[in-house]
Amino acid sequence: MAQQQETVLAFRELTRRFGGVVALNKFDMELTNGQILGLIGPNGSGKTTSFNVLTGIYEANGGSIEFLGQDITSWPAQKVYEAGVARTFQRSRLCLELSIFDNIMIGNHKRLDQGLLFNIFKRKALREQIRENHEEARKLLKIFDPALADKMFDPVGSLRMIDRRRIEICRALISHPRLLLLDEPSAGMTHEETRELMDDILEVREMIDGLSIILVEHEMGMIERVTDKCIVLNFGQKICEGAYRDVASDKLVQEAYLGGE
Amino acid sequence: MTQSFKDKAVIVLLAAAAAAFTITFIAIEEQAEIFALILFAAALVFAGAKFGFTRSIAQSLSRNERLMNVAVIAATLVVIFWFREDHFPLLMIATVMLYVIACCGLNMQFGYTGVVNFAGAAFFGVGCYTAAVLGDTSIPLLLVIILGGVIAAIVGSVLIIPVLRTRGHYAAVVTIAFGLLFRTFLEVNDTLGGPQGLGVSGMNLFGWDFNNNIEITENIELSFYLNYVILALVMVILTFVLMRRIERSWIGLNFDAVRLDETAAACFGINIKRWKIVAFTLGNFLAGTAGALYAMMLGFIAPSNFAFSDSLILVSIVLLGGMGSLWGTILAAGLVVLLPEKLQVIQEYRFLIYAVVMILILLFRPQGILPRGLRAYIPGWRG
Repeated sequence: MAQQQETVLAFRELTRRFGGVVALNKFDMELTNGQILGLIGPNGSGKTTSFNVLTGIYEANGGSIEFLGQDITSWPAQKVYEAGVARTFQRSRLCLELSIFDNIMIGNHKRLDQGLLFNIFKRKALREQIRENHEEARKLLKIFDPALADKMFDPVGSLRMIDRRRIEICRALISHPRLLLLDEPSAGMTHEETRELMDDILEVREMIDGLSIILVEHEMGMIERVTDKCIVLNFGQKICEGAYRDVASDKLVQEAYLGGE
Repeated sequence: MTQSFKDKAVIVLLAAAAAAFTITFIAIEEQAEIFALILFAAALVFAGAKFGFTRSIAQSLSRNERLMNVAVIAATLVVIFWFREDHFPLLMIATVMLYVIACCGLNMQFGYTGVVNFAGAAFFGVGCYTAAVLGDTSIPLLLVIILGGVIAAIVGSVLIIPVLRTRGHYAAVVTIAFGLLFRTFLEVNDTLGGPQGLGVSGMNLFGWDFNNNIEITENIELSFYLNYVILALVMVILTFVLMRRIERSWIGLNFDAVRLDETAAACFGINIKRWKIVAFTLGNFLAGTAGALYAMMLGFIAPSNFAFSDSLILVSIVLLGGMGSLWGTILAAGLVVLLPEKLQVIQEYRFLIYAVVMILILLFRPQGILPRGLRAYIPGWRG
C-alpha cells in the first residue's frame, strides 16, 4: 500500500493519575497513516487507560494528544468521535436489548440526521435514510459474517460472543473513522475465531482510506501477524518500541511481560 | 390469502372481544360478577400464554399494524357510544385516556431515555392549573391545552440541571422533592386558591360548549362527557403518533443508547445532555396537556389531586404496562384506574394492593405485562 508518512496521532508526555497510582506516565507515541500499532503490556500497565484518555472518557493530567494536526487533549468523547476516532471496548459494551441494526447505527451517529423536526415530520426522507444505512450496514457486516447480515433485526443479546465482537467492530467502522481502537478483540474467543476476525478487519482496512488501527492484545500470534509496530507498556511507562520481533526479544520486555525467561 | 386473511380475522375478533369485555366490565355493578369477570380474563390470558396463542396473536398483530390501530380505535368508539348517555362510565374512560397521555410522557422520560421522574403528578398539575388560570381569559381553549403542556415543560426546566447531574436514586429523590414542593406551593399560594383549589371553566370549541348534554331528539340526550372523551381520544391518538414517530427514528435510538450505556453512547457522539433534555421536556409537555383537559373536564382542582401518591400511580402504570410499551400503557392505565372504581372492596386498600402488585411485577416480570418489542423502524420491513 502506497502511503504518505503523515502523522495521524501523537501523544506527548501523556499522563494520567488515579489518586496515587500513575496509570500513564509521560507516554510518548506516534502513529502514521495506515499503520497498525500493537499496544502490549501486563494487566494494569495503562493500555486501556490510554484508550480512555484518548477518547475523552478520562481527562489527561498532563501532556497532550494531537489527532490529525489538532490538539484534542481536553475534548469530550463526542467531539473525539466526530473527529474520526472510533473504538471497541474490552468488555463488550453493546446494547443487548437492541437489534444488530440499532447497535451498528449508534456507531453511525455523525452521519445520520439528528434534527428533531426532521425525525418527527420528514418521515419519507427518514425512511430513505434508514434504508440506505441498512444496506450499508449489511454490506459491512457481510464481510464479517454473511449469516449475521440476514439477522439485522435480531436482538444482540441472543448472539454468541464472536458475533457480538463482530458487531462491535462494525459499530466502530460504519462511520469511516480515521483511527480505530480495538481493545482486546480476542478476549473470550478461540485462536481460530481470533484469526478469522483479524482477517476480516484487515479486509475492511483496505476499503477505508488511510485507516490506522491501535490494537490492545494479549494474543501474541495476532500481534505478530498484523502489527507494523509495537509499543510495550509497564506501570504506565513505555519500556520498548519497535517491530514485534525486536520487541519480543528485548530483555526488559521479557522481564516485565513474558515473565523473564 | 390464508395467512393474511387469518391475521385480519384475528385482529377484528380480538378488537371485538376487547370491546365486549370492556363494556361488560364497566357496566356490571355486582361485586361477585366483577370478580368472576376478572378471574375469567386472567384464566384466558394464562391459558393463551400456556398454549402459545399469545405468541401467534402477537405475530398477527405486528404484521398488520395499520389494521390493528384502526381496530383499536373502532373498538374504543364502540365502547364510548355504548355508554353515550351515562356520565360516570364516560368520565372513567376519559380519565383512563388522560392517564395514558401522561404516562406516555413518563415513558418518553423513563421508559425510553432512563430519566426518572417521580413528579409526574406535579407536571400534570401544572397543566391543570394552567387551564384554571387561563380558562377564563380570551385565549382559545384548545390553545390553553397546548399552553398547559408548554408551561409544564417550562416549569420542568427548573429541574433540568439537577436531573442531568444526578442518576438513579439521587435523581429520584430530586424529583420527589420537587413534587412535594409543588404541592406545598399550591397549598400556601392564595392566588391559586390555596388548599381549597380553583374552579375551572369547561372546554368550549368554536362555540360548542362541552359542558352541555348533547340533545339529539327529545328522548335522546347524550352525556356531556362524550365531548371530553372524544377530545381525549383525539389527544391520545396524536400522542401515540408522536411517541411512535420518535421511537422509530434516530431520536428513539439515541434515547435507548442514553438509557442503556451512557459511556458507549458518548463514545459514538451522542450528546447525553441534549437527549435527556429533549425527553424530559417532551414528557412534561405531554403530562401538562393531559392535565389541562382533565381540569376542564372535572371543573374543579385542588392541590390534593397532585400528591406524591398520584405520581407513584403514574410510575406504577408505566412499570406495570412495560417500560416504553405503548399498548402496555393503555392496558395498565385501564387496570389501575378502573379496578379500584369497580371493586369497592379494594378501594381503601388500593395503595397496599398497588404496592404488592408492583413488587410482584418487579420480581417476576420486570419487563411488564406487555413488554416493548424491538424497534421496527418501518412496520413490516425487515431489510
